[in-house]
Amino acid sequence: MALLTYLEAIRQGLWEEMEHDSSVFVMGEDIAAYGGAFKVTAGMLAKFGEDRVIDTPISETAIVGAAIGAALMGMRPVVEMQFMDFIACGFDEIVNMAAKIHYRWGPAVPMVIRGPSGAGVHGGPFHSQSNEMWFVHTPGLKVVAPATAYDAKGLIKAAIRDDNPVVFYEHKFLYRRIKEEVPDDDYVVPIGKAAIRREGTDVAVITYGAMVWTALDAARELEREGLSAEVVDLRSLLPYDEEKVLASVRKCSKVILLHEDTRTGGMAGELAALIAEKAFDDLDGPILRVTAPDTPVPFSPPLEEYFLPSAAKVIEAARKLAAY
Amino acid sequence: MSTVATPGARPSLPLSAPTLERMLYYLKLTRESEWRIENVLYRQGKIVGGVYVGRGQEAIGVGAALTMREGDVTLPCHRDFSVFLIRGFSLPDIFANWLGRADSPNRGRDNTIHIGSMKLGIIPIISPLGATAPVACGVAMVMKQRGNGNIAMVHFGEGTTSLGNVHEAMNFAAVRKLPVIFICNNNQYAYSTPVDQQFAVKSLAVRGSAYGMPGESVDGTDVLAVYDAVERAGARARAGEGPTFLECVTMRMTGHSAHDAAEYVPPGLKELWAKKDPIDRLVKFALSRTLLNAQQIERIDRRVREEVDAAIADAEARPLPRGEDALKGVYCGPECWWENAPAAPAATPSEAAKSR
Repeated sequence: MALLTYLEAIRQGLWEEMEHDSSVFVMGEDIAAYGGAFKVTAGMLAKFGEDRVIDTPISETAIVGAAIGAALMGMRPVVEMQFMDFIACGFDEIVNMAAKIHYRWGPAVPMVIRGPSGAGVHGGPFHSQSNEMWFVHTPGLKVVAPATAYDAKGLIKAAIRDDNPVVFYEHKFLYRRIKEEVPDDDYVVPIGKAAIRREGTDVAVITYGAMVWTALDAARELEREGLSAEVVDLRSLLPYDEEKVLASVRKCSKVILLHEDTRTGGMAGELAALIAEKAFDDLDGPILRVTAPDTPVPFSPPLEEYFLPSAAKVIEAARKLAAY
Repeated sequence: MSTVATPGARPSLPLSAPTLERMLYYLKLTRESEWRIENVLYRQGKIVGGVYVGRGQEAIGVGAALTMREGDVTLPCHRDFSVFLIRGFSLPDIFANWLGRADSPNRGRDNTIHIGSMKLGIIPIISPLGATAPVACGVAMVMKQRGNGNIAMVHFGEGTTSLGNVHEAMNFAAVRKLPVIFICNNNQYAYSTPVDQQFAVKSLAVRGSAYGMPGESVDGTDVLAVYDAVERAGARARAGEGPTFLECVTMRMTGHSAHDAAEYVPPGLKELWAKKDPIDRLVKFALSRTLLNAQQIERIDRRVREEVDAAIADAEARPLPRGEDALKGVYCGPECWWENAPAAPAATPSEAAKSR
């Protein structure tokens, strides 16, 4: 066990997979000598050499496309998007090429596209987005979004070992803000399994990524008001853990769906539909969404603060539900 | 446009009778197969969806694919039917794919010649063209690391060279000195858009030097010229000298697809290109050098007709997929549908491998 930040845990997971499997390699912009914009791959060039830690031109399409080619040749590439906002530049290769190869003609495409997403660091409209739903709506991909250091390591390892293209959403706000005892062992967190971060009985807050921490803050405050909130961390968005979502809804009968992504077409809409279809009789109140509004992510601190969901907004929603 | 090369002018070419016979066989097999697809099966309503063929530009696929060695990988475009044959896909399987059959390479999931097999070294296109160019770079990266002297070749039309992914791929390949050949078939039209509305350079060959790799323009109706150019580019790539861009100048002698009458092509242009028909050219050359005789050519024609007839009958007899099979094989996993299913595409040894 070692006390690791979320970022260090990702690096450790990558590092271990590179050590265990010579087919794993990393590629991206400024990731080798410089160690990456956030230093996730720091030290890897010296350890693994330039054939396995590859700097590329600023060329997301070429990076993702080359990863697909390498994956078809039996490798397990892990490519970094310097910011997940820039993944848009490689969109066609991801949604039309990588996602559909297995379905169309059969081969495995084991590759990971990872990088920092999310707001809270005043990055503005192009360094702050939570654009995971672009890919959650693409069959053939898997999409994961860890909230803890333990999960960050376990999920990156699971993603690398998966035989499908996995889009791995790291949250840049968490990179150095959270620390946790992380086992040195070789463990994986299975893709598609949610985690209950806090048990509760009155309202289920279902969320993922950095918002897990917002939900926990809200839950602590609600406890003081006599409301017991359960916090469900999805961990994987595609596929997502339908069973755990429904179990928490049935247990609490009231549900808040929370995410940092914007509202329309967000994960909350999908979950609301699932709950309405499969747990309608268990509900004692409306399904409430707490999300960012339908705007780009604004830069200036008061604007960004207004944009982001907060514990206060979750608490407000929980109080509203308590009236039912 | 490049000058017309004299067939066989280059002494390095293996101009034996068997080589010419193979070239002619694949040219004719491709022409006949695509004719049946476009003008018979499609018109009969047996083939549904888009129909894209490569009439007039068969020499590019044949010339390029015949240079391939075991372990090489090709990423053909939708007008490179011959490449699939030469690399070892069976003709009945190819027709079955066009017909959307269950027992076909794609089992009804994707049509035309969007078929691939890593065993045969073929990665198919996706319809947003150009996406295979960066994929070829990834294939070539792995080949370079493995050091087996293998190469990747990726085909696309001149229309596709306007897309960013081709430019990103060419830059990436040049920077990393990858063993990849970018083979552009300049067939004069991107759907309905003529070349002068697509790019402002006289010859696309300059695209090569712009990225730091050799660029060459060859007569794409001359199978020998194409073979020679690809072979030379391949030798460079195998020797670690990096990528090459090849423009093969030709003409799309059909519409963009079967529904397109191509009325935008000015009168006379097709007739002009018809004089450079790749099959006629090779026949004339082979006869004039007495490398093949009329009886041999007739034998090829008969063999082609028989094989196409048999392949279509075989393909048509295969069942269509069941609707609910649409749900299968979205993800690759321990119980992978593709690997375990009995209808895996029949892999025959590639022709290219057999010949060496």
